[in-house]
Amino acid sequence: MPIETPPPLEPLIFELSVAGRRGLPWPKPDIAEAENESPLPAALRRRTPPEWPEVAEPQVVRHFTRLSQLNFSVDTHFYPLGSCTMKHNPKAADRVVLLPDFIGLHPLRPHTLSQGILEILHDTERWLCAICGMDAFTLQPSAGAQGELTGVLIARTYHESRGQNRPVVLIPDSAHGTNPASVAVAGLTAVTIASTPDGHVDVDVLKSKLGPDVALVMLTIPNTLGLFEPRLREIAKMVHDAGALLYMDGANLNALVGLLRPGDLGVDLLHINLHKTFSTPHGGGGPGAGPVGVKAFLSEFLPTPRVVKEDGVYRRRMDFPKSIGKIHGFMGNVGIVLRAYCYLRLLGEEGIRHVSENAILAANYLRVKLAPLFPKMPKKPCMHEVVVSGEGAFGPGVHTLDVAKRLLDEGFHAPTIYFPLIVPEALMIEPTETETKETLDLFCKTLESIVEESRTSPEKVTSAPHRTPIRRVDEVKAAREPDLRFKRIP
Amino acid sequence: MFVPHTEEQKKQMLDQIGVRRFDDLLADLPSDIRRPPLNLPPSLSEMEMVRHMESLAAKDHLALSFLGAGAYEHFIPSAVWSLALRGEFATAYTPYQAEASQGTLQSLYEFQSLICELFGMDVANASLYDGASAAAEACLLALRHTGKRRIVIPETVHPHTRQVIQTYLAHSPADIVTVPRREGTTDLGRLQAALGQETAAVLFQTPNFFGCLEESHEIARLAHAAGALLIASSYPTALGLISPPGEYGADIAVAEGQPLGLPLGYGGPYLGLFACKTELMRKMPGRVVGRSVDRDGRRAFVLTLQAREQHIRREKATSNICSNQSLCALAAAIYMSLVGKSGLKELALLNLQKARYASKRLAEKGFPTAFPQPFFNEFAVKCPKPPELIAERLAKDKVLAGLALGRYFPELKDHLLVCVTEIKTRQDIDCFADLLERACR
Amino acid sequence: MKPEELRFVETHEWIAPDGTVGISDHAQHEITDVVFVELPKPGRVVKSGEAVAAVESVKAAFDIYAPVSGTIAAVNESVTKTPGLVNQSPYEAGWLFKVKADREEERNGLMTHETYQTFLKSETH
Repeated sequence: MPIETPPPLEPLIFELSVAGRRGLPWPKPDIAEAENESPLPAALRRRTPPEWPEVAEPQVVRHFTRLSQLNFSVDTHFYPLGSCTMKHNPKAADRVVLLPDFIGLHPLRPHTLSQGILEILHDTERWLCAICGMDAFTLQPSAGAQGELTGVLIARTYHESRGQNRPVVLIPDSAHGTNPASVAVAGLTAVTIASTPDGHVDVDVLKSKLGPDVALVMLTIPNTLGLFEPRLREIAKMVHDAGALLYMDGANLNALVGLLRPGDLGVDLLHINLHKTFSTPHGGGGPGAGPVGVKAFLSEFLPTPRVVKEDGVYRRRMDFPKSIGKIHGFMGNVGIVLRAYCYLRLLGEEGIRHVSENAILAANYLRVKLAPLFPKMPKKPCMHEVVVSGEGAFGPGVHTLDVAKRLLDEGFHAPTIYFPLIVPEALMIEPTETETKETLDLFCKTLESIVEESRTSPEKVTSAPHRTPIRRVDEVKAAREPDLRFKRIP
Repeated sequence: MFVPHTEEQKKQMLDQIGVRRFDDLLADLPSDIRRPPLNLPPSLSEMEMVRHMESLAAKDHLALSFLGAGAYEHFIPSAVWSLALRGEFATAYTPYQAEASQGTLQSLYEFQSLICELFGMDVANASLYDGASAAAEACLLALRHTGKRRIVIPETVHPHTRQVIQTYLAHSPADIVTVPRREGTTDLGRLQAALGQETAAVLFQTPNFFGCLEESHEIARLAHAAGALLIASSYPTALGLISPPGEYGADIAVAEGQPLGLPLGYGGPYLGLFACKTELMRKMPGRVVGRSVDRDGRRAFVLTLQAREQHIRREKATSNICSNQSLCALAAAIYMSLVGKSGLKELALLNLQKARYASKRLAEKGFPTAFPQPFFNEFAVKCPKPPELIAERLAKDKVLAGLALGRYFPELKDHLLVCVTEIKTRQDIDCFADLLERACR
Repeated sequence: MKPEELRFVETHEWIAPDGTVGISDHAQHEITDVVFVELPKPGRVVKSGEAVAAVESVKAAFDIYAPVSGTIAAVNESVTKTPGLVNQSPYEAGWLFKVKADREEERNGLMTHETYQTFLKSETH
């Protein structure tokens, strides 16, 4: 008997298509054909229409609603994904973005017709400067990685403007993979510096590699192990003495907002992620925004156009001859900036301090509550996230991946796993400030029972998940025989 | 504001951790610079914040706009954002855990399929940041694939796109050669002269920055004859009528996807569309969703072809792109599904007809169309008075006249670029023509 | 081919007396399921230690380095069609390309199977 293939969870939109069925009707033309002259030349005309589906609105609405229900999300699940800051996204921000006068804003409008939005962009830059201890910001980069590229290009251009050729960028081995990739795209060479066994920058190694060829040292603060570098100010001085700049990957700014300003620590430039610290929705992988902040001496290198306020009027200025140029077609992901602005107005001076403090409190609470389960749980306090090795914690043949998958069965999104690369079998847990103590307690209890299960019935864990819409996917098949699109069989 | 803990719970948590005060957790943090005053404005209630934002938005209220130039005002069906902003989509992370992300993954697979159909191309990725960065990534791919070091770009490509490519390539060994225009389109003779053995790719745009349609097939022939790849940048709405990149053999197709259901929103978030031929599939930048099966044999979708990306390859990665514009891609997929196979042509025709009507009306009022080449929904007109002055006068009536071209092309300083999409009625156009006439009196 | 007849380099490629190159059994195991192989064009002149091919699994992509200097003489088209051959048969059907060495002696300076095994032990500790 052949094994029956289970039916798909939801048909593809193309599979719902019926020839002749119509979706959105367009208004009848109010200009008669006769009033138009020459049609398009035949050579430039499309020969066959795109095979888009023929579906009506009810099918479209039901289809995408049903698809949405197959997702885990912050709105529906605890999502302790380390390094990603999956906190609650205020609904008021989504509402504001949809105001018709914001929706209709053309990016090339004259400044006289965009004073409202320019005020928002200008104030957001100002407040981000205040929070980060920087002197100028650009909101143009569309994501953290584009922010990194912008930052590296600024550093490179700065050194070149002083007649210095500094091709090397030093990056700890615990860094996000985008750091070295951005350095490579900017045409510089990334050199890795090893961490100490407790996960900090090895200051002696750093010192030995600092020289006249180093443009930049890129540090994630707190680092990807959720730890603050105790010798950071000393490191900053060393970097500056060598004529290099100190760059901060601000992915983990949620640990610092209101508590410490990177600029006060000696950071020269940084990127931050509005979709993490400033609570704009992650959107299933974007759009985000990766603004870049710099100290005054680097401000002339920021991308153009820049928003300035002169005599009470906001303008977009292009005349910065040393600028690295444009990094986005227009002004960046303004819709995301708008949401971050709303978030900042809701929090204000008072609220912003509660963010980092409660994020740190929750992470340490998990660190201590989960300690009995993990022999390698760090004893030292962490910042906003806790990284623990799964080694020695689970039953025979059970790996971190399996435990992560089993958590899905229990209605929790998995933590980040196998990152940072320097921690074997890593679990990186970031609870954020917006989860209740009850949720954190339930998470601990669930993890405890999974660890127990990994000893009593390991196969139940290694074969997880069982209750999600689908089970583990054949990734090898996906990569060996790539099927990246629907194609109608004629 | 969004912290749910009571004071009592915070105390319980500190007790469990085993510290007396919260600051005991901060031993590694310098104490002399903690909690500096930030001078942020005071906290607002949601009601106050929304009212404040409404008042800011009202400052920018506008009656009518004929400005395009890379960002276009199209009608957005209500279902698009009511579905895309569902929390299950909007507040999900990148779909690394396939079992918990089939909604995002399947909709991105559908998006890729819809984009392939739109362009007539073999494969598409799950989107890039915007049209300009998609063009820049296409150039990087062409350089990598061919091992050559020259990119040829006609000046009829959007100036912002050219600037972003410049930024991306500034520190690579590649050089960019710009080809001049003849009237409103690429000078094909000069293009041919610019092509050589060292040319990795030709990147052109149709409809181009001036709204004119390039001779795509001829450009394709010239590029391929020189052994270069062809990168075509197009305008999704126009592809309802005009020949898509696949029909003239483009190797890579890119576009700004904003017209597919995304609001103008002051320039972003937009959507970088990227598609290519099968041969280039494994070198395609950005995220890609593939179809596979789960361990029960059920159809399932998963991120694939990621091995060369930055997480794994780090400094050897071929691109540093780590996210896509997932939610915008979803919105575009919903838009394309609603518009459907026959709807796109009708929509394109509406744009074409209205723009033609407008060009005729404007010519009657003393604003003749500048270029002889056919256009889609945007065209340059020659103004009897400086366009900046005319635009300023119309702005007083909250009307945007279009783009004064002198800013980008000094020799066109008396030209205005005007865009007319399906949302303009005949009345709007007549009113615009009258306003222009009056502004010149 | 018997592994004993092959010579190995520290980046885990092997080379046979006739210039055939592949990756070691240890390497295919570490890489896990190979999903894609990219091979050089025949006729390409390569230097030893130069990245000439790439092998990808779901989780990683690896450069394959030329063990000796020479000219690419042939490539194994069947591994591009069936990348799993690299896993199933690393020393036979899963070979990658053939290189015609500039200096025959160069191969002799490389690790024997026995030395390679010792090297692997030292690498893991």
